[in-house]
Amino acid sequence: MDYVIEMLNITKEFPGIIANDDITLRVKQGEIHALLGENGAGKSTLMSVLFGLYQPEKGTIRVKGKEAVIKGPLDANALGIGMVHQHFKLVHNFTVLQNIVLGMETVKGGMIQMADARAKVMALSEKYNLLVDPDALISDITVGMQQRVEILKMLYRDNDILIFDEPTAVLTPQEIDELMRIMKDLVAEGKSILFITHKLNEIKAVADQCTVLRRGKYIGTIQVADTDKETMSEMMVGRKVNLTVEKAQAKPGEVVLEVKDVCVKSVREGHEQNVVDHVSFQVRKGEIVCIAGIDGNGQTELVQAITGLSGMSQGSILVNGEDMTHKSIRYKNTHGVSHIPEDRHKHGLVLDYNLAYNLVLQQYFEPSFSKAGFLKKDKVNAYADMLIEKYDIRSGQGRETITRSMSGGNQQKAIVAREIMKDPDILLAVQPTRGLDVGAIEYIHKQLVAQRDSGSAILLVSLELDEVMNLSDRILVIYEGAIVAELDPKETTVQELGLYMAGSKRKEAKQDA
Amino acid sequence: MRKKKFDYTGVLSSVFAIVIGLLMGLVILIICNPSQAFPGFITILTGAFTHGAKGVGQVFYYSTTIILTGLSVGFAFKTGLFNIGASGQFIVGGFGAVYVGIMCENLGSMHWIVALLAGVCLGAVWGAVPGLLKAFFNVNEVISAIMMNYIGMYAVNWFVKSYKPIFNNIRNESKPVLSSANIPKMGLDKLFPESSINGGFIIAVLAVIVIYLVLDKTTFGYELKAVGYNRDASRYAGINEKKSIILSMVIAGAIAGLAGACLYLAGTGKHIEIVDVIADEGFTGISVALLGLCHPIGILFSGIFIAYLTAGGFYLQLFEFSTEIIDIIVAIIIYFSAFALIVKMLMQKFGKNRQAAKKQESGPGAEEASQKGGNRA
Repeated sequence: MDYVIEMLNITKEFPGIIANDDITLRVKQGEIHALLGENGAGKSTLMSVLFGLYQPEKGTIRVKGKEAVIKGPLDANALGIGMVHQHFKLVHNFTVLQNIVLGMETVKGGMIQMADARAKVMALSEKYNLLVDPDALISDITVGMQQRVEILKMLYRDNDILIFDEPTAVLTPQEIDELMRIMKDLVAEGKSILFITHKLNEIKAVADQCTVLRRGKYIGTIQVADTDKETMSEMMVGRKVNLTVEKAQAKPGEVVLEVKDVCVKSVREGHEQNVVDHVSFQVRKGEIVCIAGIDGNGQTELVQAITGLSGMSQGSILVNGEDMTHKSIRYKNTHGVSHIPEDRHKHGLVLDYNLAYNLVLQQYFEPSFSKAGFLKKDKVNAYADMLIEKYDIRSGQGRETITRSMSGGNQQKAIVAREIMKDPDILLAVQPTRGLDVGAIEYIHKQLVAQRDSGSAILLVSLELDEVMNLSDRILVIYEGAIVAELDPKETTVQELGLYMAGSKRKEAKQDA
Repeated sequence: MRKKKFDYTGVLSSVFAIVIGLLMGLVILIICNPSQAFPGFITILTGAFTHGAKGVGQVFYYSTTIILTGLSVGFAFKTGLFNIGASGQFIVGGFGAVYVGIMCENLGSMHWIVALLAGVCLGAVWGAVPGLLKAFFNVNEVISAIMMNYIGMYAVNWFVKSYKPIFNNIRNESKPVLSSANIPKMGLDKLFPESSINGGFIIAVLAVIVIYLVLDKTTFGYELKAVGYNRDASRYAGINEKKSIILSMVIAGAIAGLAGACLYLAGTGKHIEIVDVIADEGFTGISVALLGLCHPIGILFSGIFIAYLTAGGFYLQLFEFSTEIIDIIVAIIIYFSAFALIVKMLMQKFGKNRQAAKKQESGPGAEEASQKGGNRA
């Protein structure tokens, strides 16, 4: 058979769990093979086994028909296996060319010979239609470009088995289309691709076959062309999943959050620029307003300016008509503002605290949880148990679990539970489903809609177009720090939204919808 | 309600470190003088009891200072700061106590309390400086605290030397404090007759209890620890993280200052000597804190334990060993308790393997043990 990779009956155990339980993965020569599974299904572990980062307890790996013992990434590289990581491994102050040859430099008499490398890179980039400027600094090029550099890196090393680990998470719709085209070109040239993802659309778009894992177990390998998305998601999650969000028509009430002419200045390479550029908008009771945009267009700074985590140079923030521009974070926390932060590890949780302590992170000082400066631990615990029960937060030891040891999805559930239980007037949800699997996404979406229907105003910041289209009642598109369009999700398409997000189209937003 | 499970692995790893440290001490004794090694070793273990109750009192007396400096380091550690400046805070606090102890004559029975508080306040000030620098300018507290150690040492030397009323120029040290400034015995001299023990020990135990309550039971402790674990999340939660950092260092400094005050107000003939050496009580404090896993109660026991070894080591001279051997043993113990994490990991692995071995009756446990031995060497 012409399988390039055969991972047969791989079993890898970790203390307490079996991460891979008798998994078989076979990738044919010249196909795009998708590896589908929820978070924690064992995809990463399986790839780490293939890369030699872990040694499996049982099972064999065969590469191009020959049994292989892979002890580390160098062995994998020698076998022609290359990987584009989810978070790119590039040196930001090096040029494209320097990054591509890094670790494989041609050296003559102690001096690096770049001319040969340059010729080879240019040849490769023409052959596969991967246009890059070899002398541009990584820090100056777009994320999509950086990904091309990663692909060129693999090609430069003559890898013919390419692994893409969730490659589309950081791309715009246009860039995703471009990547799909590149992947097809690569396969046409005889490369084989292993494509890790939990996005069903992309699998439908490019993959030939798809192997599904669930909770460390092998569920099956399917022909993508013969299978619909519903079946795939059912295989992945283990139950029927509702892919669209059901929600009633929004009934916007009075204005809760008003952002007036906010600017955030930042100094980059000596130039002062507005990363948030004269942004004004309102969010009303009972509606979900979404700020859509590609990562790094000022969403983070805007939300941090609203919450007070970082400063702003101009403008004002009003909550329920009260000017909160210069109020402390605690004041905002206790006066109707809830915030599901973008980075759950950095801001959302004290990872070394147990779950109960994390669930009262903004309320521990309130009279219901403390008396004369002493924590009422029984009250804290009771509250935690109530939230764990109500929001189905799963963990090893219940409320005593150190949150660091919990899975990402359950950590996020804990944050969502905490923020929603505060019954906020305005809920700022920044990428609330980032990195989560279909089941958890479905759950969090339901909670957000329920919160909207109970009368909260919700400001959602998301990079996921599906989420934006499904969840929001109004869309504000942010590009280079400015709101470039206000769209109605019912009257717009994903493609149009993508164009606005990429900055190639703009129209003045109605400031007072 | 489910009972909270106590994690023994931490304690076990400290015990493991102690055992290894003692065994290494025995090896050193054997190398130095094989014939006397075993009697010497037994003396280390039991020497503190040589004089019965007096010896025990002596152990508690020695332990007072290092429990407090250990508490200072351990408290800062729990709140995410490394207080390497306990030495400076200790000597400055000691100076404050000595100054008040000599100069303020008319305070009557309040004299020792005022002197003690003077030490606490000066220590707090000394701790506040690295705290302020860290909070407002993000200066690493380790660097600024080391600087403060030197500034503290030289400043105290200069003050004592240049200020006649408190300087004993014959012995090149500070004069003794007035007897009214000595910490009362609080009845401990009845329990441990003839020993140097005094109320300082009770003060140290009280400090341990207070810090334990603050860290574990109060919202203030919740904030301090949250800031220590994750400054960003604390900000997000609305905690004033600058204030927390400063207060942590102020409290750590105050405890180290209290240690200095307790030592120089003990009435045991301890005076501030004019030497260009940083007080090693602060560094011993780091050892005590590490061995006690930075837990206040753990620090209480580890402080007493190290004092116990030091007391026993004193009698090593009877066997013609030098007392420095005890410092080596303590150093080895600390060295291994710094490995506590590795030990903890190995023990967890060992536990797992034992479970696995039970299941399949194969020999990974033995393999593990030999691996462990290899790591140790």
